[in-house]
Amino acid sequence: MSDQLLKIRGLKIEGRSDETWNPIINGVDLDLNKGEVIGLIGESGAGKSTIGLASMGFTRDGVRISEGSVVFDGVDLVTASAADKRALLGSRIAYVAQSAAASFNPAHKLIDQHTEGPTQHNVSSRSESQSDGIELYRRLRLPNPEEIGFRYPHQVSGGQLQRAMTAMAMACRPDLIIFDEPTTALDVTTQIEVLASIRDIVEQFDTAAIYITHDLAVVAQMADKIKVLLKGDEVEEADTRTMLSAPTQEYTKSLWAVRSFERPAKPAVISGSTPVVSVKNVTAAYGTVDVLHDVSFDIHEGRTVAVVGESGSGKSTTARCITGLLPPRIGHVEFDGQQLPLDYRKRDKMQLRQAQMIYQMADTALNPRKTIGETIGRPVEFYLGLKGREKRKKVGALLEEIELEPTQYYDRLPSELSGGQKQRIGIARALAAEPKFIICDEVTSALDQLVAEGILKLLAKLQDQLGLSYMFITHDLATVKAISDEVVVMKDGVVVEQGEKADMFQPPHHPYTDLLLSSVPEMDPDWLDNLLEARGVDNIGDAAVDKM
Amino acid sequence: MTILYVLIAAILLIGVAFAFRSVGKAATGNAPFFRDMPTGVAYGYVLAATLIVLSIWYFFKPLDIDGVPQAGVLFFRWAVIGFAIFAAAAFVFRLIFRHVGTEGSKKLFRSMPLTAAFGIMIIIIYAIFAVFAGFIAPYGQEEVLGAANVVPGGNPALGGNPDYPLGTDQIGRDILSRLIFGAQNTVGIAFVTTCLAFFIGGSLGFLAATLGGWLDQLLSRTVDALMAIPALIFALLLITIATAWAGSSSWLVTIYMIFIIAIIDSTRVFRLSRAVGLNIVVMDYIEAAKLRGEGLGYLVFREMLPNAYAPLLAEFGLRFCFVFLTIASLSFLGVGIQPPLADWGTMVRDLSPFINYAQFAPYAAATPLLAAGAIALLTVAVNFVVDWMLHKSSGLKE
Amino acid sequence: MSGLLRIIVQRLLLGLVTLFVVSIIIFVAVNALPGDFAREILGQGATEESVAAIQKQLGLDRDPLTRYLDWLSGAIRFDFGIPLSQAMFAGNFGSTAIVDVKTVVQQIEPRLYNTLFLAGLSAAIAIPLAVTLGVLTALYRNSAFDKIMNVSTLSAISSPEFFLAYILILFLAVLNPIFPSLSNINPDLSWGELVERSMLPALTLTLAVTAQMMRMTRAAIINLLASPYIEMARLKGLSPMRVIIKHALPNALAPIITVIALNLAFLITGVVVVETVFVYPGIGQLFVDSVKIRDIPVVQACCLLFAAVYILLNLTADILSIVSNPRLRHPK
Repeated sequence: MSDQLLKIRGLKIEGRSDETWNPIINGVDLDLNKGEVIGLIGESGAGKSTIGLASMGFTRDGVRISEGSVVFDGVDLVTASAADKRALLGSRIAYVAQSAAASFNPAHKLIDQHTEGPTQHNVSSRSESQSDGIELYRRLRLPNPEEIGFRYPHQVSGGQLQRAMTAMAMACRPDLIIFDEPTTALDVTTQIEVLASIRDIVEQFDTAAIYITHDLAVVAQMADKIKVLLKGDEVEEADTRTMLSAPTQEYTKSLWAVRSFERPAKPAVISGSTPVVSVKNVTAAYGTVDVLHDVSFDIHEGRTVAVVGESGSGKSTTARCITGLLPPRIGHVEFDGQQLPLDYRKRDKMQLRQAQMIYQMADTALNPRKTIGETIGRPVEFYLGLKGREKRKKVGALLEEIELEPTQYYDRLPSELSGGQKQRIGIARALAAEPKFIICDEVTSALDQLVAEGILKLLAKLQDQLGLSYMFITHDLATVKAISDEVVVMKDGVVVEQGEKADMFQPPHHPYTDLLLSSVPEMDPDWLDNLLEARGVDNIGDAAVDKM
Repeated sequence: MTILYVLIAAILLIGVAFAFRSVGKAATGNAPFFRDMPTGVAYGYVLAATLIVLSIWYFFKPLDIDGVPQAGVLFFRWAVIGFAIFAAAAFVFRLIFRHVGTEGSKKLFRSMPLTAAFGIMIIIIYAIFAVFAGFIAPYGQEEVLGAANVVPGGNPALGGNPDYPLGTDQIGRDILSRLIFGAQNTVGIAFVTTCLAFFIGGSLGFLAATLGGWLDQLLSRTVDALMAIPALIFALLLITIATAWAGSSSWLVTIYMIFIIAIIDSTRVFRLSRAVGLNIVVMDYIEAAKLRGEGLGYLVFREMLPNAYAPLLAEFGLRFCFVFLTIASLSFLGVGIQPPLADWGTMVRDLSPFINYAQFAPYAAATPLLAAGAIALLTVAVNFVVDWMLHKSSGLKE
Repeated sequence: MSGLLRIIVQRLLLGLVTLFVVSIIIFVAVNALPGDFAREILGQGATEESVAAIQKQLGLDRDPLTRYLDWLSGAIRFDFGIPLSQAMFAGNFGSTAIVDVKTVVQQIEPRLYNTLFLAGLSAAIAIPLAVTLGVLTALYRNSAFDKIMNVSTLSAISSPEFFLAYILILFLAVLNPIFPSLSNINPDLSWGELVERSMLPALTLTLAVTAQMMRMTRAAIINLLASPYIEMARLKGLSPMRVIIKHALPNALAPIITVIALNLAFLITGVVVVETVFVYPGIGQLFVDSVKIRDIPVVQACCLLFAAVYILLNLTADILSIVSNPRLRHPK
């Protein structure tokens, strides 16, 4: 018997839109041996998840496998009967979804969902699989393993649910698990724990896995080999170390190169100069609950201050206080040394004009019913009073500044643009007001890496040309490294640490900054091992395996 | 007894279903279509086939058995033929507009289901009748002609008269003309009422969504309270009072009715436009406009409204149906559109006794159904179009 | 659990407040009647005594607040006074010792039972039918069966109730005399006869309500089947039946219950027209008749009754869907 577990040949998949079938996957091959982990990597629209599901013989509504075979241990899942497929799914092939919170049934306890697979597939009895479930929870380092299974999904945190879902996938000891972006929705510090536990358990049971992600550094930790996909085609495949050190294809090289962008350091701030924006002891509340506590920092002319933190740390709330959407309870904001009215409705046109904003989701930031010309033209008309031909000329100049061809884009609607182009329009709208200061709220986090890098370079260029000051809100430390001059680290509404970038990336740090920095995955395949060793987390002793 | 036979037949069909599936499997060499077919689905196919066969048999039954007229067969034939004619007309209509018109409209018709094409066709026909009723109708709506109770069909041997193809009513008014004028009165009044309801409910709804705060609270709570009374009941109550105010002036009753229904209905419009507005207000582009310092007018009319057209248009269709049915029901109950205006609801009520003569006078029995059918046809048409629009917009979101 | 209880109590109180506000609305609406209303309904030849009697009956001789409080306190004790028609009779004949006068409540009570019977009969047919069809069309969505059901339910919703009623009369009473076309019912009938005579109005209501309920059930189920946990259940290799019963149904309960309650509320409106068509001696017909003769006390009482049932059903839907939500049943 050979070691080959999964063999996909010439897989073509189509999706239906407007009554016609369009190709999504154009003939992909994939081989996987027992106990082997393959990483599928690519940008959005590459077809990673579709391939992941197809390797279980499953397609979503409106999607079909048009050609090719998916042979799992001798059974072609494309032509197998529904009953034959059901016998394999869950028992020999399992799935771990991106959003565990949505993929657990809200009406049942975790342990009941866990034992459902083994009992339905007649692998083990309910009590056996229940005690096995508790054992798996323990190995996945879930807190309170004895008790946590008897909770409902909404009573458990996201990172813990993701581990519980991995446990559920393991329930029947499958030969193959599909991991579909299991850590994408998690914060970096949580991601580490989930990654470590997933990797350990897959190693312990010698389970083969398909690991789908867009994050190179993550896949480097998890996979034995990596397959790079682009728009439904395979770009290349190699074992992890070779792929990281010596990619052969241009596309792969460009993906790798993204991480190297870093703008040169700027001269230090002249002490005593008035900052453009100064946040003074701001405390703010939603309702009666304080969400920001005594936040203070300065942003000087021509500089970028990155505000870093995980979800719920208060970075976006700080931005709302600066713009005046959420008037602070205590403290205030100064602009060029002048105190701004707390509420944006009390600010005059000039004050509003000086501070502009660029949003995370370009889709909701642009009015879908307005053409690009109208969207950018409005602030031009509103603030600068330009009309007709002059307005059009100014919009054209702005479009050129963001590197889009004016005649081609002026009359288009946002829906006709790509994500990166939409984000550029958002930048142009902010520039149209001719501001001194721009708040960039997670502007790159919804974009693919190559596109995000383009946006960062553009922002850096504009800053140099126009002397703009940026407040850059982000959760991604790579972005911080690339663009910032100064860094403000926030946690639970408090500024934990702030200073020059050069200082921030050099020890010693505040413990939280340290945790944050060390949690960012690196491209080194040994990074996770080294980190776990350094942190002293015991690598789940082999004794536990012997007991099984 | 009949029920017993039907039950036995239904049970027998289960056996046929099993046979159908195994024959299918054998004939196609176990093709996935038959292999993965659940028993229920097989039963569905067999049941559908049986019903089709039965219908065909009934359709071709003679109209007359041993001198006993089979009115049931006649009505069934009318229904089937009418259905076929409408389907064919809708098909031709869609075919024509796939080749005539602007690029956009051609593209629209190419992806349009037959039901929606049917709906649009009917709406256009009704609109034409409503606008040109005075030119199309052979007689006036209040004109009392010579003969009363002329039987429809235009066959003198059966008590008809070719001058009045659909006959005349109790006091000798031409039913066809009154049907045509009914389009003008009933549809026209319903349309005006809906527009009014939209104006009131829509503007307040958007205002509540944009401004929020106490205004939103006040309006929403008021609407909650008004909506706690069933619409038709509330309308009946208010119209009782309105008729007391209007005294003997019948057109004043109609005007009051328009306002009463518009206000009751505007609560529903308010709910929807507020919800739509709230969905738009949280968008970042609205925040951007607010931070730019834009005024309320710009926010509502330039930023929000263009994004609300699709759901509002669909809602307009649904509201129109609702208003139209409410008015028809009120007229049917005798408190809606007042005579002498021709109105479908009133016509149904006045002509309804004839239904009891369906066995020996099928033509006479058909007239009240014609008026009721005229109401149903328009609401069906509007609903088909709205259904398609909603389906299309939900499909685009994915 | 206390959190859940608090929400339920809140909703109940809200329902009461709504009913109170509705009573005010009804009262204010009725009091918008023109002052010489009494004279007008009695016509030209009315005597001064009869006008005074009507005015006293309507309480027009007292200030509005007292009248409202009187009416409300009466309503709480199920006392809505005497119908105007009876008072007029008394007024016209100048008799002070009214013999054999039926109060509003005495008029309403037997009819309320009839209406509840009709509504119950329709619901008993409609609910199982609608839920079954809704689930089936959701499971086989976009099939020929689904499309035919879509077209027929849309047509049923679009048709006025009297159209459906006359079609049923035509086919089931006139052409094939299976059921009587007039619902001539009284308390002395046996259950079988009662059901037989109420069958056509019940079927009419069933047609109207089933269509609406089925479409809403279908939408709720489809919405549910698109959720990731259903996909997960299928990827666990569970049988389609188990996916539906174990994973979809517990979560579908809340939306389906809401749909049922909302449509029962819709029945109330339908009852008015349907009872008129079939001359069914229910509260709907009483209401329409009273509206026509402007019998204010009866109209007020019926209106309040309809509103109360309507609010109660909406409240039930609300509370049941809260109770069936696991997030609220098992708080963190």
